[in-house]
Amino acid sequence: MIDKSVSSFEAAVADIPDGATVMIGGFGTAGMPDELIDALIAHGARDLTIVNNNAGNGETGLAALIKHKRVRKIICSFPRQTDSQHFDAAYHAGEIELELVPQGNLAARIHAAGNGLGAIFTPTGYGTELAKGKETRKIDGKHYVLEYPIRADFALIKAHQGDRWGNLVYRKTARNFGPIMAMAADCTIAQVSEMVPLGELDPEVIVTPGIFVQRLVAKEAV
Amino acid sequence: MNRLNREQIAARVAQDIVEGAYVNLGIGLPTKVANYLPADKEIFLHSENGVLGMGPAPTPGEEDPELINAGKQPVTLLTGGSYFHHADSFAMMRSGRLDVCVLGAFQVSTCGDLANWSTGAPGAIPAVGGAMDLAIGAREVFVMMELLTKSGESKLVAECSYPLTGLRCVSRVYTDLGVFAVGPDGARVIETIDGISLDELRRLTGLPLEMAA
Repeated sequence: MIDKSVSSFEAAVADIPDGATVMIGGFGTAGMPDELIDALIAHGARDLTIVNNNAGNGETGLAALIKHKRVRKIICSFPRQTDSQHFDAAYHAGEIELELVPQGNLAARIHAAGNGLGAIFTPTGYGTELAKGKETRKIDGKHYVLEYPIRADFALIKAHQGDRWGNLVYRKTARNFGPIMAMAADCTIAQVSEMVPLGELDPEVIVTPGIFVQRLVAKEAV
Repeated sequence: MNRLNREQIAARVAQDIVEGAYVNLGIGLPTKVANYLPADKEIFLHSENGVLGMGPAPTPGEEDPELINAGKQPVTLLTGGSYFHHADSFAMMRSGRLDVCVLGAFQVSTCGDLANWSTGAPGAIPAVGGAMDLAIGAREVFVMMELLTKSGESKLVAECSYPLTGLRCVSRVYTDLGVFAVGPDGARVIETIDGISLDELRRLTGLPLEMAA
């Protein structure tokens, strides 16, 4: 019998090594897998490259990971916010490298990795500072910038319900980056609000099929 | 001179959004446009974090932290609305399915270049979000802004001095002193506010403006 659920958040992240590239789902705090991140902080992996839309909000989740100085580099679209104080401090202290990517290009590059593509041509950013030095091409009269996929060793995401095969459904706008990050990582770890018996999720509405998920942890299991 | 206030600019933008349009309202000032969309028309609001058919702010106490807009404020979903992941959300704009996007700006050039993501100030932490995707993605990009900076410089310019968000992407500029069409033919005045003269707009902007045909 295949059962991808693991008993604890700690066990789920225990093999994430120093220097790993880790995608973290969430847009702001919606969809942020706080408990998995807390376990990652406790686990102690350092020099991480983090992929997220933001660079932490407030004191929890990604903000806490940055506060504990575990992040060497962050790839994101919108780091600076009123409550991004831990990133701001690390950035100004020169402790964290920032790769700024337009939000849609971030999604497209993650999606490209999940699709097994070698690169994409995107119109976003053409002629701007964020495309400086990048290869461009004119296709059917329109300008595009060559961008490469963003893949990861691990993805930490949050979903609403999951089953033991790893099938996932999400809740409202907490879905955001979850489905595409699950596709782009070698090992995707999902925290779910509820584990349900196999067969309970309607096959017509499963958003992330279990092939993209390696481990699940239910919040109530801890 | 009676300038429009920000609410009035928002109301003016709303007049130009037709029933059935798919519309993204940028973070900040453009969000106000939603308050002036006619209630008897169905207009689809898109938010890039993954919602179409977005409704107004919930009543106090009814907020759901997992139902937010791109500005991370709590919102609601209209009957018939939908949720989707980020790649689908940006596919909607990149593939030209959004009819209108309303954005704020630091500067807009007469040919429609947009600068709204960075002032290029040294030491500032850069942040871009979805601005560049929206700028090139929507079929029509409307900018709403005050025409002049606090120190009186025109934000409608011959050429942007701030870092660009997108090239030749803006079609209209709604301001406190007038509404402008911008594009390959340069800037044209669509309407002036409260009797301000074309000559006065030319003087304030330093641009050789003409009335739109």
